[in-house]
Amino acid sequence: MKIAVCVKQVLSREATIRVNDQGTWVRDADAQFEINEPDQYALEEALRLKEQHGGEVIAVSAGPARVTQVLREALARGADRAIHVGDDALVEGDAFVVAAALAEAIRPEGVDLILTGLQSDDQGFGQVGVVMAERLGMPHATIIMDVSLADGQVRVKRELEGGWFQWVTLPLPTLLTIQSGINQLRYATLKGIMAAKKKEIRAVRAEGRASEQRIARLYVPEKSKQTRVLEGSAAEIAKELVQALREARVI
Amino acid sequence: MILVIAEHGRGEVNRATWEVVAAAQQTGEPVKVVVVGHDCRGVASELATASVDEVLLVEDAALATYTADGYTAAIAAVVQAEAATLVLVAHTYQARDFVPKLAARLDRPLVADCVGLRRQDNAWRFVRPMFQAKLAADVLVDGPAPHFVSLQLGSFRADQVQRGASAVPVRPVAVSIDSAAIRQRPEEPFKEAKQAVDLTQADCIVSIGRGIKGPEHVVLAQQLADALSAELAASRPICDAGWLPMDRQIGSSGQTVAPKLYLALGISGAIQHVVGMKGSRMIVAINKDPEAPIFELADYAIAADLFDVVPAIIAELNSQS
Repeated sequence: MKIAVCVKQVLSREATIRVNDQGTWVRDADAQFEINEPDQYALEEALRLKEQHGGEVIAVSAGPARVTQVLREALARGADRAIHVGDDALVEGDAFVVAAALAEAIRPEGVDLILTGLQSDDQGFGQVGVVMAERLGMPHATIIMDVSLADGQVRVKRELEGGWFQWVTLPLPTLLTIQSGINQLRYATLKGIMAAKKKEIRAVRAEGRASEQRIARLYVPEKSKQTRVLEGSAAEIAKELVQALREARVI
Repeated sequence: MILVIAEHGRGEVNRATWEVVAAAQQTGEPVKVVVVGHDCRGVASELATASVDEVLLVEDAALATYTADGYTAAIAAVVQAEAATLVLVAHTYQARDFVPKLAARLDRPLVADCVGLRRQDNAWRFVRPMFQAKLAADVLVDGPAPHFVSLQLGSFRADQVQRGASAVPVRPVAVSIDSAAIRQRPEEPFKEAKQAVDLTQADCIVSIGRGIKGPEHVVLAQQLADALSAELAASRPICDAGWLPMDRQIGSSGQTVAPKLYLALGISGAIQHVVGMKGSRMIVAINKDPEAPIFELADYAIAADLFDVVPAIIAELNSQS
């Protein structure tokens, strides 16, 4: 079982987010980064599948030189080797640009399974995995909460809305986008961190596709609501609120 | 022309599809709606009550159950034949499953999870949240039409759909779907939790957060919900603690709702919760902490102890009904 797992480097959840002077991207020159959270679950799922079925886990990340940090982290957690698709433009590239870069890096590997997180915490496209699958001619399933492999097929549990789920069977090779919470994450051990230093991170060039989506302006959303503050005794507040609800015909 | 891709299940139009129809109508462009499935003429007829140009109906036995491969093949053919400039769809889990594939099939961009769109200087501008909604971006798209756009649930109001004086035509569109080329083999959808509830269809929701303090107080929120004929829901910590079942969770890991009334009791307003309810038409927040971020979204802010105010509201509702 040869598994590629795509991990994106994103700004740390704790990072203060500030728009750059041009108003087109965030200031990230001296920011803290981490592996996109859903991608961490995808990595963990890949490692578990390898433990059950044998094989190899290849971590793949697209972006500038700094993204080797998240590849090193993936190797420390147990990935066997890594591919860095290098191009500074990938940070702000649209979903098709990133998907093309990742897909062409993975294509020659001839993998059985590609796992990605369901979306990223920064751009939040939620489409890179699915676009990769189409590009590689693979079937796919999204927002996956369980993966079981047998007889050259994969049976997955898709999360639907409103508390519904659905089992779907797909032939291999296939691409799955993984939902956060599918498993319990492991963290890198000291032994893993030491071992990672000897593992390969192969650099490949990105396929040169131009973004068709441009951010004209990035900004802090304005508050659009007029808030009315209700004060007084509990009975006064209740009376005023119920009257307002009736006038607005929401009850 | 704007083409709206409808979503339906169990014979009913998804509420989010009406929001997208309203958004399409508000642009002033001609609008068509496409319905894909099998034995779903009823869904098409319901959509034909909206003031649109026409409803396209694509029926095939191979489309009876949703699959990404089947829907992509069927809708790609329609999009090409109809020469739409924009293809609009609600950013549901189903859309997230197949629309990126559809856009990639036609090699045209998809602007996902948008909360607004407008024409400016002869080009469309799409507004979408980024960095977990801490920022918003105005996005421009280059290259030829069609451009695919998915709209975040609750960004537009379903009750603003304009109805026609009479039903618009429903035009069957023949497509050939090779069922052998559909690689996903889906099983019947199921619910894990007993008595699972679909909060997305509720008109009124009473939702509780950490401020409810203990499981013994959930009954108070339930009484308020009963008095409002509302569904009871919660933020993640309440469900993690088991005070309410997981299927009543609102937020990024739970359900996304846009009811007429969302009454938040003791909810601070963390982004993970807010993304699931900010589209609500009216938001009432009751929280002891006047600095709670939930008040940023609230139409009515009540900075008070919910254990004082909620019984008073229940009494007021019951005295008038």
